[in-house]
Amino acid sequence: MGQLINIQPVTRIEGHASIAIQLDDRGEVQDSRVHFMSLRGFEKFVEGKPAEELPRIVNRICGICPWQHHLASNKAVDRCFGVTPPPAGRKLRELMQAISHSEDKILHFYFLAAPDFVMGPDSDYGVRNVIGVAKAHPELARRVVRMRYATKMILEKFAGKAIHPHAGVVGGFSRVLLEEDRREFLGKMKEMLEFALFTIDFAKTQVFPKYLDAVASLGVINTGFIGTVDDHGALNLYDGKIRLMKPDGSFVDFDPQDYLDYLGEHVEPHSYGKFPYARCWNEGFSLDPLQPRGIYRANTLARINVADKMATPRAQAELEEFREKFGRPAQFTLLHHWARLIEEVYACEHAIELLEGPEITDPNVRAKVEPKAGRGVGCLEAPRGTLIHDYTTDSAGMVTKANMIVGTTHNLGPISLSVNQAARTLIQRGVVDETILNKIEMAVRAYDP
Amino acid sequence: MAVKVVQEWLNSCSGCEISIVDMGERLLDVLALVEFVHSPVLMDHKYFGQLGDGKHLEIPEAAVGIVSGGVRNEEHLEIIRLMRQKCQIIVALGTCATHGGIPALSNSYSNQETLERYYGTESTDRPEEFPNQGVPTLLDACSALDEQVKVDVYLPGCPPHPDHVFAALVALVEGKPLDLPGRSVCDHCPTVREGKGQVKQLRRFLQPPYQQSPDEPLDKMRCILEQGMLCMGPVTRAGCGGDGITPRCLTARVPCRGCYGPVKQDGNQRLDMLNALASNGIDVGSLPETVSMLRFAGAHRMLRPARKA
Repeated sequence: MGQLINIQPVTRIEGHASIAIQLDDRGEVQDSRVHFMSLRGFEKFVEGKPAEELPRIVNRICGICPWQHHLASNKAVDRCFGVTPPPAGRKLRELMQAISHSEDKILHFYFLAAPDFVMGPDSDYGVRNVIGVAKAHPELARRVVRMRYATKMILEKFAGKAIHPHAGVVGGFSRVLLEEDRREFLGKMKEMLEFALFTIDFAKTQVFPKYLDAVASLGVINTGFIGTVDDHGALNLYDGKIRLMKPDGSFVDFDPQDYLDYLGEHVEPHSYGKFPYARCWNEGFSLDPLQPRGIYRANTLARINVADKMATPRAQAELEEFREKFGRPAQFTLLHHWARLIEEVYACEHAIELLEGPEITDPNVRAKVEPKAGRGVGCLEAPRGTLIHDYTTDSAGMVTKANMIVGTTHNLGPISLSVNQAARTLIQRGVVDETILNKIEMAVRAYDP
Repeated sequence: MAVKVVQEWLNSCSGCEISIVDMGERLLDVLALVEFVHSPVLMDHKYFGQLGDGKHLEIPEAAVGIVSGGVRNEEHLEIIRLMRQKCQIIVALGTCATHGGIPALSNSYSNQETLERYYGTESTDRPEEFPNQGVPTLLDACSALDEQVKVDVYLPGCPPHPDHVFAALVALVEGKPLDLPGRSVCDHCPTVREGKGQVKQLRRFLQPPYQQSPDEPLDKMRCILEQGMLCMGPVTRAGCGGDGITPRCLTARVPCRGCYGPVKQDGNQRLDMLNALASNGIDVGSLPETVSMLRFAGAHRMLRPARKA
């Protein structure tokens, strides 16, 4: 038995994971495992709670995408109680969704991913972090922090609380958007769009060209993809049908209420996190690197791949350029970063559209609600992937059953495969150094887990 | 000289860490004053050496250790114990660290019940055995940090307001005492209270509180509890509004649910709230359940699995 390498913890990611790589006697990679360490049991402990309280409990699943859990939960409870939010209530939720996506992508690109690209994957770990980036590029760092803060403060000012929000309520939204606030937020989101366009341009001219070799080799795997599209096939972050694409680009569309017919979750003995897979492909689940089965990816690259188009002009232009270069579906794992910046442009453009729309300041934001027995699936796109909340309530509107498939978990299988690919490619004859191990982690970071 | 800081997250969601980032440009000032020597979210220091070949968990020595999340498994326990040895000051960041937080709602159930449901949901292919290879064994319950080690500074909040995170970091760097708001959310709430009301029953939060117009300022709106809806403000520690003071739930016209934990570190939000309601003649039987009153503070054995008949 050869050496065992522990990358523990995987760092500059948003969750808890570790990687174990087993080498054989010759120093070649025999096996690799990614351990996903967190188990909190939300599915159990929300039982018996009033359903209308769930959006304020399940947002704590993730402090980075609390808005998405909050809103998916609101959508699920609406459906359990058979209520449809008025147009302004729905649009305010959608606005919060777009704005929170816009700040999240900036956070990931500059704070978590950029150190690898700006400082370099082989730089010393003491400077390969956001602090190192801030010292090397102080003006850019200040601009990043200021822009992200401005966006976060829209959420804070209007919705009361940016992290672990409470302004989405069953039947709609708790606040009315006043005209003066609308104008202020519109100005801020226009600035944010400028910054999004600057960021993608900066990445395309100064960052990505240096790493084209890595893009074409690091963590590359061949999988299917999942994401949400509207009736015209355009990417939609808030609502629509789920599109599940095979590695060859063929796809099925389905109503989120029917997700159990299409998706399953597999359990591996080495991970608390479950592994979603495409049950409807009827090939089962396997992480065998030579013949994976049932594996599809979620998150930015997946959404860019499943969408026929982007619903806004600047993002559409970026998508066309991307497709020209990488085709559809694009499989290179590091392209998640590029796709993330295209979505960033879309999120800003869409927030502006909503703020310029006529209904957003309508005072009717919340429909009348009576608790009752029902079942509801609330689904939308979290930054890390398609998010599904599925609740059942009794006649008093108390939760009797809850199931959730969380964005990142779709990618646990793909992350495991990308790690295996990276380890096999980079580790040969037992030679391991810090740069190699960091590059293996870069294959994980692309997924922003 | 920069103050050395170790940062860790245990049974957590990363919201507390994002709250640190949400200080805005003050973050850059803080980064100039502190030196992170271990922080999984920010930098690449590893537990078992940079080449992953070490045999023992390693965390560097530091003046300050900032920890979010409660303690739910054996790895969390090992980390917090080692941090206690290596750090002069341990800061419990966020309500999960101070009182268990939302994940401590799982303390109402045995691990077996939680695992049965999580690995038995409608979308899951139920395994023969629950995961047990290379994953840390669960402890019997989710505990707050001070149930395991001595805690020097408590910074509750779900998440703590960035203003307080900033104030705390500056105080620690300068070696000065930290002055956080005591008292309750109600003490900072501008809504109108008229004393004992006519309310005898509580309604669930299924309709908005009454306001004369959408732009009515908060100091003209009647107290949500006096309007007949449960609000945990009276038994919840103040501070969620940060330097802006106004409680953040109320800003959005929704009732407080208790995210800063009890007013006193060892308080019991459920007991205190039920007492307050009863003494005001409100029928607590009108509430659909009361476990949720401890949704942020279920550690310290406040929530426990039901006894089997």
